[in-house]
Amino acid sequence: MKLSNVKILSNTPIAKDVYRMELACDFAGEAKPGQFVQVGLPGYEVRRPISISWAGPDTIRLVYKIMGKGTALMSTFEPGLELSVLGPLGTGFPIVKRDEVVLLGGGVGTPPMLLTAKAYLDAGVKVNVALGFNTKDEVFYASEFEQLGITPIICTMDGSVGVKGTVLDGLKANNIDCPFVLACGPLPMLRAIQNTYTEGYISLESRMGCGFGVCQGCVLVDKNGMPVRVCKNGPVFPIGKVVL
Amino acid sequence: MDLSVSLPGLNLKNPIISASGTFGYGREFAMIYDLGVLGGFVTKSVTLDARIGNAQPRIGEAPSGMLNAIGLENKGVEFVRLREVPFLEKQNTEVIVSIAGSSVEEYGEVVSHLTGLDCIKAFELNISCPNVAHGGMAIGTDPEAVAMVVRMVKQVADKPVYVKLSPNVTDIVKIAQAAEQAGADGLVLINTLMGLRMDLRTAKPLLGNVTGGLSGPAIKPIALRMVYQVAQNVNIPIIGCGGISNAEDVLEFLYAGASAVEVGTANLIDPWACPKIIDQLPEVLAKYRLNSVQEAIGKALPKKA
Repeated sequence: MKLSNVKILSNTPIAKDVYRMELACDFAGEAKPGQFVQVGLPGYEVRRPISISWAGPDTIRLVYKIMGKGTALMSTFEPGLELSVLGPLGTGFPIVKRDEVVLLGGGVGTPPMLLTAKAYLDAGVKVNVALGFNTKDEVFYASEFEQLGITPIICTMDGSVGVKGTVLDGLKANNIDCPFVLACGPLPMLRAIQNTYTEGYISLESRMGCGFGVCQGCVLVDKNGMPVRVCKNGPVFPIGKVVL
Repeated sequence: MDLSVSLPGLNLKNPIISASGTFGYGREFAMIYDLGVLGGFVTKSVTLDARIGNAQPRIGEAPSGMLNAIGLENKGVEFVRLREVPFLEKQNTEVIVSIAGSSVEEYGEVVSHLTGLDCIKAFELNISCPNVAHGGMAIGTDPEAVAMVVRMVKQVADKPVYVKLSPNVTDIVKIAQAAEQAGADGLVLINTLMGLRMDLRTAKPLLGNVTGGLSGPAIKPIALRMVYQVAQNVNIPIIGCGGISNAEDVLEFLYAGASAVEVGTANLIDPWACPKIIDQLPEVLAKYRLNSVQEAIGKALPKKA
């Protein structure tokens, strides 16, 4: 964990209310798939937890959605501005030795799956990807996965592009029955995945105070009734571990 | 520059103490810096039995601060005694254990489980948590209940007892004096102020607990005012707390009559906040022509007749 002032290299819209920000970052080399950073915004006390979508040797990429005033402000930042960023944080996706995995991304839960896909490809694993969105204006990252040599199954709830329905509908439509899943997305999607799969990992979201395990702000409860810190024990948990 | 401060039970190498609830039991911070640089730290509050805490969301934002409603989540006093104490024993800093309870009796019982442990230098009674239904602030806003809990704990404690006061009262001096008269060795001012945020999408209060405690720079002037008022009306030492994030803030609290300070929310925003403040402090003291922390304590208080 480091606290660094990192320079914005670019900050561009890639879908409705969704932005891609590239940052020159001295801890980029330490970032693992599924980890996140806490971004400090001028004038805001509490940092914003945002997943690391991609990491090069000296750069990280964050893809974020405008959810409130803070992220709206973030979308106005020009290249050259420096942000205070704490990271990398949390326990990410383990790279498990399997022949084949399926990666599922839902909406703004899609970004961390890109770096995860790269790590699994590097480990010699066959990677299937399905991405779910509400409607075609919100779709992003199909070409980023294609650049890795993966053709993602695009799903939209309104059927305006790709398979109509959820990522699980998309897998069914394409006859993908791989039992090992890695996923990040909204709660209803993760609940459906937790009800369907027994093997794999999901990445959770929670409001955070610190992001490194001390304030107990983001705590959820596991199936044994024990508290788990989304920021430290997670955000990635084995499927079935956390009560959703 | 002499930064040291001596308080009941506490030989502080500097006046910076990490505040309860922002520091866990120190483990996460020990991985990023030597806790020996701190004057001391206060553990997360411990209750008799494990508590699961409040429903999500537990964190909200506020201008120059934050709201929290954790709800005293902790693993209970036996866990602390068996699992955390061995870690606390290895730390070269003054450890203060924060005690909470849902009744006056529970405070005494928790402390009785933690006696005879050399690594605990003092107890801090959290009678000011605004986020629990029983105990906490309900005790800390009633002078008689404050006196009862202090007397109860003083009967069993083998270390000095500090009382962390709630700012959610009409007259904090009355509460402070009740604690002093009941035998408190020191006071900590202040805990969080009760607040609320709305979620515009759901048209409901944002936090799972409805209300939460406001902390951060937003509450610093209130904390300073309360330290200043109480310092003129008690004869036991005060540890100042509320929105401290740099050495200038520390100096303000010292001037107002605090003998040391606790840093809370700043730890969450910058995990290195405390060591940075400690590094800055000699320079800031020198800038205002002070030769020691001691010299700054109470400098702003009216001279007693």
